[in-house]
Amino acid sequence: MASQNASLAADSMVGEESLGVTNGKLGMWAFLVMDAMTFAGLLAGYARLRWTPGSDWPLPIEAFGFTGIQLTALNTFILICSSVSMVHVLAEQMRGNMERARKWMLFTIVGGLIFLGIQGFEWTHLIMDMWPYLFDEGYEAAYSVNFAATFFILTGFHGLHVSVGVIYNVIIYLGLRSGKITKDDTSVVEIAGLYWHFVDLVWILVFTFVYLI
Amino acid sequence: MEIKAKGYLSPLSEEAKTSLWVYLKEWMCTTDAKRIGVLYLIFATFMAIWGGILSVIIRLELAQAGPDIITDAAFYNALPGMHATAMIFFFIIPAFTGVANFIVPIQIGAPDMAFPKLNLAAFWILPPAAILTFAGFFMNSLPEFGWTAYPPLSNSVYSPIWGADFWVVGLILVGVSSTLGAVNFLATVFNMRCKGMKMFQLPLFTWAMTVTSFLILAATPVLTSALLMLTFERMFPGVFYFFNPAGGGDPILYQHLFWFYSHPAVYIMILPGFGMVSEVIQVFSRKHIFGYVLMVWSMIAIAVLGFLVWAHHMFATGIALEIRVGFMFLTMLIAVPTGIKIFSWLATMWGGSIKFDTPMLFAAAFLAMFTIGGLSGVVVAAVPVDIQLHDTYYVVAHIHYVLVAGSLMTAFAGVYFWFPKMTGRFYNELLGKVHFWLTAIFINVTFFIQHWLGMKGMPRRYYDYDPAFELANLISSVGSVVLFLAQFIFIANMLWSWRKGKVAEDNAWKDGFTLEWQITSPPDHHNFHHEPYWKPLVRQHVGPDQPGGLWHRYDD
Ligand code: HEM
Ligand SMILES: [Cu+2]
Repeated sequence: MASQNASLAADSMVGEESLGVTNGKLGMWAFLVMDAMTFAGLLAGYARLRWTPGSDWPLPIEAFGFTGIQLTALNTFILICSSVSMVHVLAEQMRGNMERARKWMLFTIVGGLIFLGIQGFEWTHLIMDMWPYLFDEGYEAAYSVNFAATFFILTGFHGLHVSVGVIYNVIIYLGLRSGKITKDDTSVVEIAGLYWHFVDLVWILVFTFVYLI
Repeated sequence: MEIKAKGYLSPLSEEAKTSLWVYLKEWMCTTDAKRIGVLYLIFATFMAIWGGILSVIIRLELAQAGPDIITDAAFYNALPGMHATAMIFFFIIPAFTGVANFIVPIQIGAPDMAFPKLNLAAFWILPPAAILTFAGFFMNSLPEFGWTAYPPLSNSVYSPIWGADFWVVGLILVGVSSTLGAVNFLATVFNMRCKGMKMFQLPLFTWAMTVTSFLILAATPVLTSALLMLTFERMFPGVFYFFNPAGGGDPILYQHLFWFYSHPAVYIMILPGFGMVSEVIQVFSRKHIFGYVLMVWSMIAIAVLGFLVWAHHMFATGIALEIRVGFMFLTMLIAVPTGIKIFSWLATMWGGSIKFDTPMLFAAAFLAMFTIGGLSGVVVAAVPVDIQLHDTYYVVAHIHYVLVAGSLMTAFAGVYFWFPKMTGRFYNELLGKVHFWLTAIFINVTFFIQHWLGMKGMPRRYYDYDPAFELANLISSVGSVVLFLAQFIFIANMLWSWRKGKVAEDNAWKDGFTLEWQITSPPDHHNFHHEPYWKPLVRQHVGPDQPGGLWHRYDD
């Protein structure tokens, strides 16, 4: 890289990045480590409560009613697709096809919104129909209430991440549209992509734990 | 208003020269890491006074057996937890962050931190967090569950008060603040080093902050997750039972998550101090540190081991014996890298031409007294002994030898050491020495006897005690009052010297060899006038003015 050329004048080195990646990217990686640990804490809590003697955990297949696992599997698929379209944003931007990059960004945002919509639908169904004890003291849960508790905290915390991600992506989209993000600012898109892929990755973990096993 | 100081202390705009308000605004909205560092230090000072007042109230109450100055036992019950919260989360950790904000970018030859705005945001999360955390004081609803907030004591059945909710939210916010800070430090250290500086050439204070930041990054979020679960359990009783056995929850789960954070947190509270004394001892012994590479690796080893020992706080909870023995073994292993560091510091002093200025006094006393804390740590790490000593004053003595004689003393060493760099003026050496001696002596008066109290069976966090413990408690209380009062000498010294102290040169101690000693005191706005260049190390036991002993170059 030219910037690492020792023959450059010393004064041009101000703000030089020692590792050759931008600060933003490094910062996002560090942030994601910390975020991963937050999820790890919640998942550890889940594991502890589930695999504890006498925990009376229901089979997820039976516990979700008509929204079932299938709907969420579809939702997982949608989230993965939006991750793929995020990759396209960057790829098109690097080729300089800003028009297409914008379109893919729109896809990504819509993917995130559909995910949130389906999750909202599922939550409503679960709260209103499946788990009456949430509202009514008279009802007894048919199984360990920790099933619902860990479900809410894990999917809820993840949903929060998706919401933040959608807002983040909208900001990027507006930047692309107004021309504030040019074809050379790939790192801005790359960093947003890191976040979005992380949200996707964590979902796969959450999905596996809460729904599949 | 007239402002005499130079560099970053002086007003940035014309307006600020005449208007105090504009000058203050320049400080509070600054993105200069140095100024943010000073903000952190001011905030930490206030929190230290606040925490100190609480501790003195506790000690006054305990000076004699029986209820004395506090009539409301519930109020007493809240004090130790509030004191610990103030000291740990709002004093020590921010104080180290403050010094590091000032020094770390300079030590690596960077103009600022990697994310200046994030830096400011991380700081400004703290004051509101503090207000929330201590809101119980204004609302007469103080949480009485100590700084560890163990459920079921902290759930909505036993602590159905607003003050407790605010406390939990306040702590989550502190965690956010310190993780944002850690992200910033890591990006800065890894990515903003000046030309030629490799990781294994970083000054040890910078290394310490790097390792600390990793600890924060990996540990703090786990506390956040535990506090989130606790919040939900408190807010929606009957729905969430993470920790409440009534609904299949597990109170021990909370303790695991809590200590998975809070054991590493004890190293978050001491590693920066290790880094500071490493700098101080080198400069005041006029020798480079003995075993630099080993020093770095032992810090890393401490950090890694720090994640594997959390359950030594839970020996008395009934977890399986095999598990306890494993944790005991790992805990004792930490004494190895810690010992390596102690001996490296001693070896650095060995044969050096030592100057005993105030920073060096604090550093040397830290070595002696921290060793006591480390040894009592090994004592409580032994399962059979800990079963006896757990929740007694022995643990209080241990904590305070590591935190007061460790973190606090190193922080003093660091602040005295860099004060000339920060303000361009020297503190008053006589006052500094008086402050040191009073502090060093009365820490021991206050805390040493608590070992005895603990061994004799006096429980911690109790309002009243057996009259047989009266004399020892009185000694401890007197010690704490003097210790507290002595700190005002420090504050007076700093305030006076900031305006009136003797003017300091760039290399204030003459023997400084890291980059911060090569630029003006106080530093100018962007630290360096042109980009510094780091030459590979020549590690020799010679002064920087002798040929061959220089580490690097920054020619102004
Ligand atoms: C060789 C080093 C150390 C060892 C072996 C050690 C061991 C222990 C053990 C086993 C306990 C639990 C005692 C009990 O609750 O019954 C404990 C408590 C504690 N230690 Fe250490 N420790 C060491 C260093 C440190 C350091 C460096 C710090 C902080 C700077 C620290 C801060 C604390 C605190 C705050 C507690 C009490 C927590 C509470 O229960 O409120 N320790 N230590
Ligand atoms: Cu510990």
